[in-house]
Amino acid sequence: MDVVTRGVPPTLEEQLAIETVLGPAPQRGDHDGVGGHALRSRRHLLLPTLHAVNDRIGWLSQEAIDHIAERLDLGPAEVYGVATFYSLFSPTERPGHQVHACVDLACRSAGGLTEPDLPVGVHPSPCLGMCERAPAAFVIEAGSPVQHAVAGRVTPVDVERFAEGAMPGPEAHPAAAVPQAGSDGLVLLHRVGRIDPLDLDAFLDDRGFEALRLAREMGPEAVIAAVAESELVGRGGAGFPTARKWDAVRTQDTTPHYLVCNADESEPGTFKDRTLIENDPFTLIESLCIAAFVTGCEQGYIYIRGEYPRARLTLEAALDACRDRGLLGGDTGFDLTLVRGAGAYICGEETAIFNSIEGYRGEPRNKPPFPFQAGLFGKPTVVNNVETLMNVPYVLLDGHATEHRLFCLSGAVRQPGVYEVPYGETLGGLIELAGGMRDGSEVRAVLLGGAAGNFVGPDDLDLVLAPDDVRAAGLSLGSGVVMVIDQHTPIDDLVRRIAAFFRDESCGQCVPCRVGTVRQEEAIERILAGGDRDLDRALLHEIGVAMRDASICGLGQTAYNAIESAVVRLGALR
Amino acid sequence: MTGTTDTPVTLTIDGREVTVPTGTTILQAAGGRSESGIPTLCYGETITPKNACRVCMVEVEGSRTLVPSCSRPVEPDMVVRTRSERVDHARKMVLEFLGSSVDLSLTDGVEEWNAEYGAAPGRYGADAATVAQPVKVDNDLYVRDYSKCILCYQCVDACGDQWQHSFVIDVAGRGFASHISTENDVSLPDSACVYCGNCIQVCPTGALMFTTEFDMRAAGTWREDDQTVTETVCAFCGVGCNLELHVQDGTIVKVTSPPDSPITHGNLCIKGRFGFQHAQNT
Repeated sequence: MDVVTRGVPPTLEEQLAIETVLGPAPQRGDHDGVGGHALRSRRHLLLPTLHAVNDRIGWLSQEAIDHIAERLDLGPAEVYGVATFYSLFSPTERPGHQVHACVDLACRSAGGLTEPDLPVGVHPSPCLGMCERAPAAFVIEAGSPVQHAVAGRVTPVDVERFAEGAMPGPEAHPAAAVPQAGSDGLVLLHRVGRIDPLDLDAFLDDRGFEALRLAREMGPEAVIAAVAESELVGRGGAGFPTARKWDAVRTQDTTPHYLVCNADESEPGTFKDRTLIENDPFTLIESLCIAAFVTGCEQGYIYIRGEYPRARLTLEAALDACRDRGLLGGDTGFDLTLVRGAGAYICGEETAIFNSIEGYRGEPRNKPPFPFQAGLFGKPTVVNNVETLMNVPYVLLDGHATEHRLFCLSGAVRQPGVYEVPYGETLGGLIELAGGMRDGSEVRAVLLGGAAGNFVGPDDLDLVLAPDDVRAAGLSLGSGVVMVIDQHTPIDDLVRRIAAFFRDESCGQCVPCRVGTVRQEEAIERILAGGDRDLDRALLHEIGVAMRDASICGLGQTAYNAIESAVVRLGALR
Repeated sequence: MTGTTDTPVTLTIDGREVTVPTGTTILQAAGGRSESGIPTLCYGETITPKNACRVCMVEVEGSRTLVPSCSRPVEPDMVVRTRSERVDHARKMVLEFLGSSVDLSLTDGVEEWNAEYGAAPGRYGADAATVAQPVKVDNDLYVRDYSKCILCYQCVDACGDQWQHSFVIDVAGRGFASHISTENDVSLPDSACVYCGNCIQVCPTGALMFTTEFDMRAAGTWREDDQTVTETVCAFCGVGCNLELHVQDGTIVKVTSPPDSPITHGNLCIKGRFGFQHAQNT
């Protein structure tokens, strides 16, 4: 194709930013690698290139978009379509200093700012995954290098200061997110606070990479059998058996196979994967090496959300350390690429993540074909969540039947944070573990599983947090969110926020979700404004059922769950 | 256009056993758009189904959610119901969602389907969000009225890798703000558009329209019932593209090409699509 642009060159700064990813532009007469196919085969560099410009300049000018299109042999409209999909990019000029203040559920119930109170220019942000330090903010200072910083327990005065140009100070140690750190009996969290996250020698001394060696001795089939016996299921939300995924990819004749680690943790109230990565990145890398060995992958991708700067830098450093030590890349036959998201909840969907990595809009794909048949770049792909993967070394080394899982405690408890408990703990027991309720607070409700999950009431505190019990109660543990709401936070306000969240985060591809999430929010607003409540509650249900039955992906299919449970179990919207 | 092979697959549709080749879609197996009674909106016969509108949903036993019949290939022993309470509800809601947010006045079938499924787009009230916006008139040949756009993606696919390979337009934005756009919303004359009009050909809602038709509709002189369609072959080059000349009062008002033409599959170039004045002058 002929790429047609207006021919206005980018600025030198923009061009330099683009070259950090794509290399120097070919000169006139230089025919090496300027062919259409060779250029278009680099489309997966589109997202990193957009990041490079946005990081350095703060926004994406039309000249930059045109130039990226020329360099990748894409239509400028395609580049624009991708750039405008992500909330952290802007196709219009803006200051290099940008503030995102979380207005989502945990931060709301912690007294954070809501949309009308935000200083001018501050973006209302969906959950930043810092719920143990709610309310949270994320600040970006474009430049070379760009600065990303997050801040917890922010006051309105802090947000005002950030809006005026201040950067947040250094974060607390990542182990601060784990109140149990150092306790006996922990599996997934056992290294937290005990060894330096980036000390590879300490990791190796603590049985690091022993599970990988064991896996190689066992062979892929025996590893899959062990994982099957452990009954490990996905911890990202859907709960699919890990061994079945692995075996399905392993036995595909089509090659190559790809491995994708889903670290696009964006479910409101979820921060366990960030905590795991920030505290124990080498275990994730080892787990990915095992998964790659078992499923026959030579290349893996870790897709991490753009709002997790420390987790990303930690992983980058850990990957480099592993490469330097000959544990990754080179002769090992397996390497990992870190891909940074740019603000889109939907990219955590298991097929949207492929489109995002490939440089397309992060729209979910139709299934079938399933990822194990045709996933990333159309090849058999295994896609696993961070926590899921990090169970595997312990399954192999200790035969743990993965009877532990992580919960993200937030809201009105004394010690919010990531907790590891055995299956069989009750909801009330978990709240006690988190120090019980804050002074003066009573349990009004608990949101289980995030915005895509369900509310339960104070009568449900004896619920056993194990898959079978939870399923029997018509609930789901999802990504492990346990957000405790007290009497000071109006449930209706959370319901309104959940509706706004799904409206914001719908990719827009299918009608039930694109329009349904808007109509859902409108009905809720009418109810809250005192309209015909019975009529609009009935309409809400009609909308919700259609979204659940007819949407392409899990986002639309679950966009009514929490709202329905709030109405049914808590008597919301009365 | 799912590839089919000769291996037969037997399944049950509405209690009736059907045997079709592997790769056939449920919609095709049920008799296609004309025979099945299944409504479709975003589906076009020359474009790979995007299943974005979700009006063609059917119930498949064992499936947690409904299934898009336009794109789901049949499987042995599948049990399909093209009508059920769940199916009818989903179709009603899709028709209401689109009917309350998009101008469907020129979309075939909507009125009948609204009646059949009891869809009442008006019940969302006057304040319901819509995609209403001014018509884009930036060239002499065709207009873009995105108030009528249901985001079927067909124009994007026809302009892009499925037919024209011009990649002039794509979906931009996200969620309800998603829209079809050139880069930075530049006008078509500033874009790479070659005015083949293949996007107009596939547009199911009249959002993309010949300027001739747009002007005549505005003037109240567009009378489709009085138009004749003359099939002919384009005289410009040696390819031999099939043309359909739509004529009203002795004047060519629009040009299409038959989607089932083995030469064009409905596609033309700027000359065949818009270069009809010379025929008028003889």
